Amino acid sequence: MTNLRFFLAAALLAAGLRAQQSSSANTEIHVLPVQGNVHMLIGGGGNITVQTGKDGVLLVDTGLTNLAPKILAAIRAISDGPVRYIVNTHVHSDHIGGNEAFVKLGGASNLVPGEPRVIANLAVQERMAAPPTGTEAPVPGTLWPNDTYSTLYKDLFFNNEAIVVYHVPNAHTDGDSIVFFRRSDVVSTGDIFTPGRYPFVDLERGGSVQGLIAALNKVLEIAVPARYQEGGTFVIPGHGRLCDEADVVEYRDMVTIIRDRVQDLIKKGMTLEQVKAAKPSFDYDTQYSGSPDMFVESMYKSLKK
Amino acid sequence: MLMVTLRFSILLAAIVAVPAFSQVDFSGEWSPLYHEDAPERLPGPELGDYTELPINAAARMRADSWDADRISVVEQYQCRPHGSDYSMRGLGNIRVWRAIDQTTQKTIAFHTHMLAWDSERTIYMDGRPHPPEYAAHTWQGFSTGVWEGNMLTITTTHLKENYIRRNGVPRSDQAIVTEHWMRHGDYLTVTTVIDDPVFLTEPLVRSDNWFLDPGQHIGIFGCEYAAELPRPEGTVPHHLPGTNPFLKEFAAWYGLPYEATRGGAETLYPEYRSKLGAYKPPEKCDRYCTCTTLFNCNLR
Repeated sequence: MTNLRFFLAAALLAAGLRAQQSSSANTEIHVLPVQGNVHMLIGGGGNITVQTGKDGVLLVDTGLTNLAPKILAAIRAISDGPVRYIVNTHVHSDHIGGNEAFVKLGGASNLVPGEPRVIANLAVQERMAAPPTGTEAPVPGTLWPNDTYSTLYKDLFFNNEAIVVYHVPNAHTDGDSIVFFRRSDVVSTGDIFTPGRYPFVDLERGGSVQGLIAALNKVLEIAVPARYQEGGTFVIPGHGRLCDEADVVEYRDMVTIIRDRVQDLIKKGMTLEQVKAAKPSFDYDTQYSGSPDMFVESMYKSLKK
Repeated sequence: MLMVTLRFSILLAAIVAVPAFSQVDFSGEWSPLYHEDAPERLPGPELGDYTELPINAAARMRADSWDADRISVVEQYQCRPHGSDYSMRGLGNIRVWRAIDQTTQKTIAFHTHMLAWDSERTIYMDGRPHPPEYAAHTWQGFSTGVWEGNMLTITTTHLKENYIRRNGVPRSDQAIVTEHWMRHGDYLTVTTVIDDPVFLTEPLVRSDNWFLDPGQHIGIFGCEYAAELPRPEGTVPHHLPGTNPFLKEFAAWYGLPYEATRGGAETLYPEYRSKLGAYKPPEKCDRYCTCTTLFNCNLR
């Protein structure tokens, strides 16, 4: 029964993504300057981070496949430099969909030789690639990263700026990365942080609630607020508005408090249905979109593992 | 010729003496008057006091689970300022000055500086639009003002999540705050209307007053956050549902029916008294009975 519900939830999610794809003709990509070398693109699926300078363009995530032309047009409004690097924060289609289109910019059309490097944690590639059984790969090879890392972090220097890609294990998925632009003082988080909507803990792809909270705490560790807990390090979430540390604190607190409540109910021996009936997220349901039941269910299953 | 010049001068003086568009200048140092809601605003609200707040059930549960330890244990809370709506309530010494367009001599903005956390706000008067929804939110929000006669009406959006009472009753980042600034000689009255689709079932209306105090000097607030207690990383103090032992203290201390302290739109109106049945208020005040300034809020 539970599996059926999860299947239905996944189907609804997939339907939502299809609807997102089909309505893309009317979609507008908005460009928001953040600070330093960094802009944020909104409307292309997941948020896209664009870092530009004399060396070219670095993207964090590439949005939905069919929006790639519009996303490229938005990037060109910021810079006409070559796209040299792409970092995929995780495996989901609304964050990797434009990979192929931007990789094809490589070579002459990209003004520099070679394809852009598509960086991702190794787990992203493993989720995309064909399983050992020889069955078809879940994600076409044209969207795969070509520069994976399997360490706790990977760093590079681009556009006169140190950039650190941190792996935050088993959070939203098992291949999450967050990207810190040190000179610009901006963190791009992917879907471990989605202000205004409940997190999606993708248990099927290695996500976990404890990992999610650890990842949010990692963002708080990196971020330094300016005067009176505002500004300073800006945080570009996977979806939603531009944020700073204080916004991440509210979100981390929400996840932590609901985690503690669910954990307490589990300790009392409650079943999943009983936990859902207790509505442990009730006081957040008017504030966060998404299904509270799905969130609580993922939390319950994650904590029971 | 002399007569013409004189007439012109008189006409000019008359024009200058009439305020442009009936606008009022709020510039100056303003000292707060705490005669309204003093115990809440000065010593601070009691835990579990949700009276006069049209909150929904989600806000009530959020406040019930709030633990004051959070302000200390979570470092990021230690220097967190009031939102611009709440900063009018407490430590509300305020400096106001205006920006003038040199070409048109029109007021294009008011600026405010509050004692609490040195918070500074700009109220744009030049007709600019509010930022898009995906722009960052701040503690002060984004404010624009328009004149309605002598009254300045201010609309503030893009606020960070904060509180409408600093005992854990939340105000969301979706709230829109409308203020009406009215000057009566040396007195300033600000009526604040908070519309919060997330936590309120109807607008929350409050008023605060100040008097002009040219000798006021607002000092530096200053704040440095630091780890004050050894604790595991990511600790967030809160009360699990049904476990907060402090919620009934307020009702007991003030001799109020507990259900009347739980807030909600219904409890705001006189008709609610009929629901209280045989309730009789205590014969004498027993707590914070004289509280009108920072210095006379004696418990008894």
